[in-house]
Amino acid sequence: MKIDPKTFTRDYNLHVCIQCGTCTGGCPVKFRSPLNMRRLVRQTYFAPDPSLFRRPEWWACTTCSTCTLRCPAGVKNVELILGVRNYLANQGEVPSTIRDALENTLLHGNPWGRFRDRRIDWAKDLEIKIIGEETAENLLFIGCAPSYDPRVQSLSIALFKIFQKAGLDFGILGKKESCCGNEIRRMGEQALFRKLSMDNTNLIKKTRVKRIITISPHCYNAFKNEYPDLDLPVHHYTQVLIELIEAGRIKLTGRSETLLTYQDPCFLGKQNGIFEEPRKILRSIPGVTLIEMERSRERSLCCEGGGGRMWTEGFTEGTRNAEIRVREALHLKAKILATSCPFCLLTLEDAVKTSGLADQMVVKDIGELVGEAIDSNSNNPIPCPPAGRLQIIINDPMTLFKTNYLVD
Amino acid sequence: MKRIGVYICHCGTNIASTVDCESLVLFSKSLPGVKIARDYRYLCSDPGQELIKKDITDFSLEGVVIAACSPRMHETTFRYLLKAAGLNPYCLNMANIREQCSWVHQDKNEATEKANRLLQAAVARVLRQKALEGKKVEMKPSILVVGAGIAGIQAALTIASEGTKVVLVERAPFIGGHMAQLDKTFPTLDCASCIFTPKTVEVARNKNIELHVCSEVVEVKGYVGNFNVSIKKYPTYVDPFRCTGCGECIEACVLKKGVASEFEERMVNRKAIYIAFPQAVPLKAVIDPQACLFLSRGKCKKSCMEACKAQAINFEQKEELIEKEVGAIILATGYDLFDPHLLPQFGFGVYENVLTNLQFERLLSPSGPTRGEILLKDGTTPKAIAFLHCIGSRDENANTYCSRVCCMVSMKQAHLAKEKTGSEVFEFYIDINAFGKGYQEFYKRVREEGIFFIRGKGSEVFKREGRLVVAAEDTLLGTPIEIPVDMVVLGAGLSARRDAEKVAQVFGINQSPDRFFMEAHPKLRPVATSVDGIFLAGCCQGPKDIPDTVAQASAAAAEALSLVTRGEIEVEPITSWIDPELCSGCKLCVEICPTSAIQFIEAKRISSVNEALCKGCGACAAICPSKAARQNHFTQDQVLAEVEELAE
Repeated sequence: MKIDPKTFTRDYNLHVCIQCGTCTGGCPVKFRSPLNMRRLVRQTYFAPDPSLFRRPEWWACTTCSTCTLRCPAGVKNVELILGVRNYLANQGEVPSTIRDALENTLLHGNPWGRFRDRRIDWAKDLEIKIIGEETAENLLFIGCAPSYDPRVQSLSIALFKIFQKAGLDFGILGKKESCCGNEIRRMGEQALFRKLSMDNTNLIKKTRVKRIITISPHCYNAFKNEYPDLDLPVHHYTQVLIELIEAGRIKLTGRSETLLTYQDPCFLGKQNGIFEEPRKILRSIPGVTLIEMERSRERSLCCEGGGGRMWTEGFTEGTRNAEIRVREALHLKAKILATSCPFCLLTLEDAVKTSGLADQMVVKDIGELVGEAIDSNSNNPIPCPPAGRLQIIINDPMTLFKTNYLVD
Repeated sequence: MKRIGVYICHCGTNIASTVDCESLVLFSKSLPGVKIARDYRYLCSDPGQELIKKDITDFSLEGVVIAACSPRMHETTFRYLLKAAGLNPYCLNMANIREQCSWVHQDKNEATEKANRLLQAAVARVLRQKALEGKKVEMKPSILVVGAGIAGIQAALTIASEGTKVVLVERAPFIGGHMAQLDKTFPTLDCASCIFTPKTVEVARNKNIELHVCSEVVEVKGYVGNFNVSIKKYPTYVDPFRCTGCGECIEACVLKKGVASEFEERMVNRKAIYIAFPQAVPLKAVIDPQACLFLSRGKCKKSCMEACKAQAINFEQKEELIEKEVGAIILATGYDLFDPHLLPQFGFGVYENVLTNLQFERLLSPSGPTRGEILLKDGTTPKAIAFLHCIGSRDENANTYCSRVCCMVSMKQAHLAKEKTGSEVFEFYIDINAFGKGYQEFYKRVREEGIFFIRGKGSEVFKREGRLVVAAEDTLLGTPIEIPVDMVVLGAGLSARRDAEKVAQVFGINQSPDRFFMEAHPKLRPVATSVDGIFLAGCCQGPKDIPDTVAQASAAAAEALSLVTRGEIEVEPITSWIDPELCSGCKLCVEICPTSAIQFIEAKRISSVNEALCKGCGACAAICPSKAARQNHFTQDQVLAEVEELAE
């Protein structure tokens, strides 16, 4: 696809914009970067000056889509941002960290450049079906962060144990699984996204799976809304968990009385309307009291982990949204900040550490919480940071992955 | 053979510059039956018409062909001419040599050749046309008005003052609709009830108005002049003739918590037996059967009955079905306020101090829950209030149209808020729509009063440190802003009624894509509908302010009156009919008829057309497999003769 800024107005239907500013007013990075969605639309309205696109703020957008979802005129602001990024990617004018992430995905099937052979290291000790070698009804699509990131791997393991205990017939794609491409498309590489979507679609279509279960809401979004030829039902794991809980296939045991709050991931909540399932799961864990943060559901504040932001740093300033969120949770006296997205998990946990709150609050994925609640051996685990995992305070998620890469 | 006259119009140069009219005259004279052919500069002019009229007499013509503009322009003109000259008006045929010929061609020879063909076909057709007589239908001398808001009341009073009977049906227990909820009206700041209650009282008093509250129209049969209407009257469990409106039953009702009051926009509760507001007309108590403990659960000591000295309460009351015959119908069913729950970013239903404009109106009203004081839920006075425009209007995620009134409502409310509380007032707007008389002046006045106008739509509302925050962009500065306030008033737009589809079905009328009822023509017939004898007034046709609503209601009343006071009307004779000898009773025509004009007569097992309902679309004639359904003025031989000449 050829991207020409001169045709942005036509391609992205910018004629309909009424310059009301709803987009900018609701933008989660409006105070953290000079990014102004309304102004971007206006500035690309007439044949724009290419120098416009060399500004760093185009990389500040988290693609949370609040602007697009609220736009009264129906402008697809996020698609315009992706168009700008695609233009920049074609010109080779992307930040070096983004360039590396894109190259890594092309070469190794994941943005961090970890070896494909080590994609299922997390499952070394587990008896897990590899679809292709065996057949299964459900495909659990792991995704890159839950495959490689030591913090998120615990979520993959937890989900494996839950599904196994519930007797769900499931398997994984194993080493052949490639990045879903959701973030790749958002970093501007439309062509690489199409390649990934074709690779994964071909791989999945060869099997006889009946549905796809994803761990990350980002994979969920790509499969559900952006893969052109995948004619299979796609579920986020929270949808499957509540199905299993309601059917009585997993029993949740109690934990000590805990106040908990929940961060809606943008790609699960506002973009795909899954608000109730995660809350139902949390409410069904005995001992847990769910309290809502001020801005929840459609008004949830983006953690800034999406839109390629996991691979950029330095395009925003001031307090991170994740830190604002953590403080909000603390204000509610929540001991657990729960979420259902690997990126939210990483950004929020990071924020807990940078805010020096690691002794007051833990960040947990719903999958991990349910995993603990079905594990009869864990006797009401007291919420505290998991031992034996990352002990150092890391400011930049990038550093985390770079470090691990060197260990390899 | 019939004696035919052919007249060719130059239409100034519209036709004559592309079509050779003289050669057309010569050609016409060669056609069978043509006794006289002429051309003229403007046939529709008085001398042009005189010319034809004279020829009809002089040449004893039996049919006339006019080659000129589209029949949509002047067919009626020439039909009247034929009638005046003593010919049946249906012995006319028009050949359209303007829109379909001279305007769309450049080559004069080719255009003239095409005009020849069109003329030849028209002559062939007129030879076969038959004289038709329109049927006379008697008009029932009364009018049904559905909905008793300001539109329905205005229409009913206009009709009643002329002396015609009105049946006024209202779903609520009281009349007045949304206007009864308002405090002051823009831009003059008249007190709404001061200008309105005289009208509601007059409705109750007027002998020509038969008012049915707690009632709905459930079925409409018949046609213009002869509608048979079924009205369902729901039980109120209070005898309106006995009830004095003293309100002692309300005091006695044991339903402690009560249920949300619809009239107070759910801000306070009412009892199961209630009078919506002190000036309600009729001032009679009604019982809400869903809330009433006795009616819903069968368990209550019925203290209301004990308290009622007039012995008006009657739990045995049953719903009634009232049948009425009317000549015309005016629909004035109003609007529903847009439900801001549908746009969750504004926190409506989450924060108690986020209100709709109609709820704020109740706060302003001296008869409202705060007796006219602007108070937060905790009873304190707000120090800062934000008004958000375009909530649910001009929005692809809600209603795409502009609701027209909300800008002015917001500014009126901002003015009153400033006046009553002295608080900081912010207006978040995209554009200010101040189109009416005195509206722009009001906008200027409000700005002068020191209200902050922020050119940017409110993006979301949330709470920070105990205060509400409106997030938006000041688009004129290009700066994102977050303004802390104590109260947010959402300028919610006007939506079509939730059950507009059902009502449209009952009356057989259409809806526009915005779900409001559709007028017959957006400019020239704005109060009529596609069904003869059914008219529209007020917001059921689209969002309107009070002046426009009253104007439209008066217009609808005038149209309905001019119809029913005629005594009888002639129905267009271009209808279809079904030959009973040929009809096989397959009912295909019954299914396809868009106006439900065809009925199947079980006894004879054949279909039959109600000529008063038939619009002459011809669908039945086209679908009938046994050629029993036929269309007057478009018979098979007429149409085939025309086609044959064209295709020659």
